[in-house]
Amino acid sequence: MGSRLRLLFVDDEEELVSAVIERLQLRGIDGVGVTSGEEALRRLADGPFDIVVLDVKMPGLGGLEVLRRMKHHHPGVKVILLTGHGSVKDTELGLALGAVAYLQKPVDLDVLLDTVRSAVEEGGPSERP
Amino acid sequence: MPALRGILSRAFNPDPQGPDGRIPARAYRRLRWAVVLATATVSLLPLAVTTFMAYVLYRSALQDEAVRPMTRLTLNTKRSLELFLSERRSTLTFLVYDRSFGELCSSAALTRVISNMNRSLEVGAFVDLGLIDDDGEQLCYSGPYPLEGRNYSNQDWFAEVERRGTYTSDVFLGFRNSPHFAIAIKHDREDGGFYVVRATIDGEMLSEQILTPGLPSSDDVFLINRQGVLQSPSRRYGEILTSIPLPVPHYSPSVEVAELVDGTDQRIFVSSAYISNSPFVLVQVKPAAQAMGRWFRLRSELIGFVVGSAALILGVILWGSAQFVRRMRQADERRATLLHQVEYTNKLASIGRLAAGVAHEINNPLAIINEKAGLLRDLVEANPDTPNQGRLLATVESVLRSVQRCKTITHRLLGFARHMDIQTETIDLEGLLREVLGFLEKEAEYRNLSVSFRVAEGVPTVISDRGQLQQVFLNILNNAFAAVTDGGDIAIEIAPENDDVVAVTIADDGIGIPREHLERIFEPFFTTKEGSGTGLGLSITYGIVKKLGGDIRVASEVGHGTRFTVLLPRERRV
Repeated sequence: MGSRLRLLFVDDEEELVSAVIERLQLRGIDGVGVTSGEEALRRLADGPFDIVVLDVKMPGLGGLEVLRRMKHHHPGVKVILLTGHGSVKDTELGLALGAVAYLQKPVDLDVLLDTVRSAVEEGGPSERP
Repeated sequence: MPALRGILSRAFNPDPQGPDGRIPARAYRRLRWAVVLATATVSLLPLAVTTFMAYVLYRSALQDEAVRPMTRLTLNTKRSLELFLSERRSTLTFLVYDRSFGELCSSAALTRVISNMNRSLEVGAFVDLGLIDDDGEQLCYSGPYPLEGRNYSNQDWFAEVERRGTYTSDVFLGFRNSPHFAIAIKHDREDGGFYVVRATIDGEMLSEQILTPGLPSSDDVFLINRQGVLQSPSRRYGEILTSIPLPVPHYSPSVEVAELVDGTDQRIFVSSAYISNSPFVLVQVKPAAQAMGRWFRLRSELIGFVVGSAALILGVILWGSAQFVRRMRQADERRATLLHQVEYTNKLASIGRLAAGVAHEINNPLAIINEKAGLLRDLVEANPDTPNQGRLLATVESVLRSVQRCKTITHRLLGFARHMDIQTETIDLEGLLREVLGFLEKEAEYRNLSVSFRVAEGVPTVISDRGQLQQVFLNILNNAFAAVTDGGDIAIEIAPENDDVVAVTIADDGIGIPREHLERIFEPFFTTKEGSGTGLGLSITYGIVKKLGGDIRVASEVGHGTRFTVLLPRERRV
């Protein structure tokens, strides 16, 4: 994986998204932040991403529905779920829908990056449509 | 009756429950006494009435039976006495008709008559015989005393014989100083005057007439005159001419029976009969104890039976009512406990949901703070020329640490809320206990309590209900915290009890539980924290542990501390 890691960060909190994206860029990661499920689906259709970090609880299109659609259109995409609500049911459902990992908010950026890296490396190259 | 109904209905509908759903103990006591009263009334009243009726009937039947032979004997004796007296009167009457005054009035003639009379009557006993003219002068006399020429005109008996034609005297001693009595007959003379034949009879004869062979030694038969003076010796009341301590019976032509108390406080039956044409009254006395012996035995049996039955009935009623009320109370308390438990669980679930909501809401801004602070640190680190770089980084670290602390709290709350729903899962007891302890960390810190934690090797995980176990340990730990003084020790130990059971021991060095309370601490509503406790904490705890298939042991010593051991099966057994 010679090229820069491309990451799509989806969360309804604009403040959180902007901070995370800026921090990722400082670490040399090509991050794109969006604040809704619909936008995330559009951005994923536009360009290839190595990994998607997806908030489960969002107004409008919820994280799990977004995950389902992503997996439908881009079966190879790797998704890490992120939520403030540690529900066992959501975890199981998310993993069943094909998410590679599950993290609880607030998550430390280094922990997130570790999870991202191991997911990308273990799973081999992600699908690039 | 309306009053009784009021009492009963109040007793059977105890006071409304108190605010804690508890029915006061006095309501149960009242209920019990109402049951006792009602049951005892309907069972003892018929018994009492039946027994009373039996008592009265038996008594009268047995009294009749006891008195009948007495009446018969008295009547027979009365007849033979009357016959005895009338025989003697008839003899004298025959004499005065058979002989003229002239033929009779000589000492020699009278002596011969006495001898002949005594011979003709089997029991004669005429002692003397005299003829008295209408002036009251004894013209001729035969007998052991010099009574010829004596004048009786001013004596009562002479007046009576003149009026009635016949007279029988009381027994008297006279000059002879031996008991005797006299019979006198008036006979009209052809010349218009009259004369009186007067004979004296030995008093012993009367005694012999009433002598009854085979009379029980406790019984007595005697004669009295109408003043109550003995005319024959009495076994009970002494010699002839003594007064008896009993009232003289009223006149009756037949035999009368009365129940009296004599001078010695003894109950006696007295049967009496007036002897016609004489001053004598025949009296027979029988002690009631002897006459009614059968009755007294029967009465003892009857009383014994009633007392025994009543005691048995009362005993059964008291025992039964106690059982009934105890069962009822247990059922009431069980119901109240269940209600409280449901309420308590609901309350916890509500708190859990609320906490989860708050935690979730806080998590989002927390994540932003976290990322912003992280970004700040990244920026400062990336630009070494930043002024006050060291202080900035330290400040950021401080913010991040605070965020971390908040995160611990929100995760704990979320964890707690998540386990409100009943579910069975694999549980690491150490982790669960540390989680519960987390809630009490601050209190332990402020009160300077030392909480030690020891986990033995090889403690297996258990399969149980996380939320319920949290409640159990939170409750026991809360009690331990309440029992110790500031600076006290609380020791938690987890160790395998055997292959299938894990023991969690929570020991404190607090005030301890008195022995008399120890047996009751798991009872619903038992509390020593008057006013502040519902008395349900430990009973709910106990209920949960039992439901999870486990058990609780408790050991305590006043002043030294208390030790709760929760035994949990490795797999929940329902």
